[in-house]
Amino acid sequence: MSGETTNTSSPGADVVRQTMEVDIACVGFGPATGGFLTTLSRAWAENPADPAFESKVAPGMPLQVVCYERADDIAAGVSGVVTRAQGIRASFPELNPAEIPMAAEVTGERVLYLLDPVGASRRSFTLRAADRALRAVAPVAGVRDHAFELPWTPGFLNKHGGLVMSIGQFNQWVGSQLMASGLVQIWPGTPVSEPLFEPIAAGRAVRGVRLTDQGVDKKGNPEGGFMPGMDVRALLTVVGDGPVGSVSQSIDRELGTPRGYTHDEWALGMKFVIELPEDAVADSPLKPGTVWHTFGYPEPEIFGFLYVHPERLVSVGIFVPSWMTDPSRTAYRYLQHYIQHPALWRYLKDGTLRSWGAKSIDESGKVGEPFLTGDGYARIGENSGSTNMLTGSGVDEAWTTGTQLGEAAIELLRKGLPFTQKNLTETYVTKRRASWVERGAREAQNARNGFHNGIVKGMIGMALAGLTGGRLSLKAPRHVTGIKAARVEETLKRKEAAALAVEDGRPFHDALLSARGWPEIPFDGRLLVSHQDALLMGGKVQAMPGFAEHVVFPDAGLCIACDEKTCIAMCSGQAITLADDGAPTFEREKCVHCGACLWNCAPSPHGEHGNIEFHAGAGGLHSAEN
Amino acid sequence: MQTALHIVVCAGIVPDPLQTLEPITTPAGPGLKNEMVLPAVLDPWAASALYEAAVLAAKAPGSKVWLVSLGPKAKLQQVMMTVAQKVAFELAPIDGPIGGFPDAHATAAVLAETIAKLPGLDRERLLLFGGWESATRGAGVTLQLVGERLGITDQFQGVDQVNLRDDGSFEVLERVEGGKHQVSVCAGAPAVLGWATGNLAEPRNNPQVGMANMRTIMPALQKAPAVKLEANGLSYISVALPKQQRTTRVVKDMSPDEIAAELAAWIGAE
Repeated sequence: MSGETTNTSSPGADVVRQTMEVDIACVGFGPATGGFLTTLSRAWAENPADPAFESKVAPGMPLQVVCYERADDIAAGVSGVVTRAQGIRASFPELNPAEIPMAAEVTGERVLYLLDPVGASRRSFTLRAADRALRAVAPVAGVRDHAFELPWTPGFLNKHGGLVMSIGQFNQWVGSQLMASGLVQIWPGTPVSEPLFEPIAAGRAVRGVRLTDQGVDKKGNPEGGFMPGMDVRALLTVVGDGPVGSVSQSIDRELGTPRGYTHDEWALGMKFVIELPEDAVADSPLKPGTVWHTFGYPEPEIFGFLYVHPERLVSVGIFVPSWMTDPSRTAYRYLQHYIQHPALWRYLKDGTLRSWGAKSIDESGKVGEPFLTGDGYARIGENSGSTNMLTGSGVDEAWTTGTQLGEAAIELLRKGLPFTQKNLTETYVTKRRASWVERGAREAQNARNGFHNGIVKGMIGMALAGLTGGRLSLKAPRHVTGIKAARVEETLKRKEAAALAVEDGRPFHDALLSARGWPEIPFDGRLLVSHQDALLMGGKVQAMPGFAEHVVFPDAGLCIACDEKTCIAMCSGQAITLADDGAPTFEREKCVHCGACLWNCAPSPHGEHGNIEFHAGAGGLHSAEN
Repeated sequence: MQTALHIVVCAGIVPDPLQTLEPITTPAGPGLKNEMVLPAVLDPWAASALYEAAVLAAKAPGSKVWLVSLGPKAKLQQVMMTVAQKVAFELAPIDGPIGGFPDAHATAAVLAETIAKLPGLDRERLLLFGGWESATRGAGVTLQLVGERLGITDQFQGVDQVNLRDDGSFEVLERVEGGKHQVSVCAGAPAVLGWATGNLAEPRNNPQVGMANMRTIMPALQKAPAVKLEANGLSYISVALPKQQRTTRVVKDMSPDEIAAELAAWIGAE
């Protein structure tokens, strides 16, 4: 079952690596992998004597199934989420939200358009005119606290009957059941560096994964206690490593992507978990299960949310999208301004920040769908293009793609068929194509194209697609390059802000927004705290030593010449800062692995890719309340 | 030739100290807010004991390490997935309450009973390891009580180092005041050693070790006996979170003296 092999494929060819044979190796433990493993382990539990579940690599043993998660804990997933839970409830028909900490049934939804009470928001002439008109009729229109509530929640946004959850707690709940089943092993703190490719007649197959080396310096050179990452050879590799996963990146790079594949739309989601004071809840509308969707503030392109969990906990956050044509993209400072909007601040102002988190969200949708299968592997979840950008839903879709692959794997195991691309396509992909996930993805495919031409067109396009089930939409072209060009032409005081950041050590994003006229944050040490302090509240952001840096800037010259420095401005953990020579420097101990830097980087040695490599790494945010 | 050791490490799980820990009174007695939600870790001092045990066991062929842990089964399982990757051991779990508030005598009785029943354990070769402190309450008495119940009279606390000798005796370095160690020589097992931090770094996660441990850990967890330990009428008389004052600012080129003076003034102002 295990042995040793000599590595000949990567630097340090004389490195001797341990090897292990398993039947199924999963990369990343999130909702998608949770769905896959739940489906698989249930089928095994129903009939442990089923020969289909006998290991092919360890005859006489049950199926050997392992899952490697890079974060230090399976509860380290970052997302407060509202979901229709269609797929999740299908897996758990008797689901009782009370069993999952921080989960609640959706009890009410509102959609609010937030006016700008500060005067610093980048609003177009059209939007300003509309705002003025709305303020003029405020008493009649029901504008209160600088917010206009839509009279109804559009059907495509509606999560009625769904769940408000903490993904961290949901993952933990699912993971505990999986581990108790005895079939599945989930290993936290174990990043996977790359897939193992093997030549076959039809090209190349994936034959498992290589775990990340430990006991190395920042550049990956062996030092004291060097432990080469083990090669885990698998008959099926399940890739569910999220929007910036290193295995997904490698497979796309080495095995190619479908024609028309465009993987360039994303958003950075950042949120606070806030505990409300006891006396604030009695008269407040913030009952467990309450969901607010907002748009219009702090910038027109930024969407916001507020979800109420049990026990007076609230998740409140924003999404900063890729089509926001502003190089600041400063999620943390924007989030602080967002919660101070009068419509929210009325209820939040006496609260206490319990934790904070951020992740990037792959919003490419259907056009960002890679090859879902290959010989020896299958892709599930967010990185497989499953997120529905019309409904703003990804967790339920990810879970469902996992269950579909689980059903497919069981079918192939029972038939004794190998995990070839043909067999996986005929089972998994066929199930996916026939499902509500695929229908939703098609309806959403062009729903947000209008945002490339402004917020108003974007909202119109989204409404068109949403109200017609995707039959109508604005066929505006997606032109990310144009956005980047526009960013360069922005007349913001970036250089002055950069100089300020270098001179007095002030965070670059703070300096940027202050230069843009946003008021300073009135820190109170409780809810409004500095970005650095937020890293320490309600959890920890740290990383074990002995791993190489996972964010690498291959060409320092390009970074120094870069005028935007968006990687620094948008870094969720302030792990990337500006050095005196104008180049970004990286501190992996502060990285929360959101991947915003990877998405943001515009300069490219070849004109196609950014100047940032984002590898697998250990550590990151560790807070169970996310 | 070193004598083979039978090392039993008593290690509880505690909420990760880096989380926000808010004391509250629960229906079951004193506790922490959202304690079952908080990430848990192996009690840090006891974790040192486990790592030291693994190193000592490796030096004495034929040795074996058991980890006896009392806590909610679900939380034990999560913690073990990380701990199991670090060193080899056999887990003897006890499904019990979380937190450090159950009476130390009652806890010690359960632990001693579990240890006495460990299959294959030779009590003449037993080294009982644990932490000399705990991140839960720091009562620091449970390990001694377990030793007493097992009839072990040689006890050492604040241990930072153990040097094994070929004749079965060993040298122990215990922390004493002034940053010094008291050096003792023990004729041999059985003995109780309450570890301070030791000298070892946290071992790296080794998937091979983890896979080997898993073969015994999961079955053991599934068969973990349940115990009920009462808080014995304990209640908070007065408890409050340490006051957090966050006044972060970045100042460059400040001298150490200036920093020290400012810190002293800041603390004095409290």
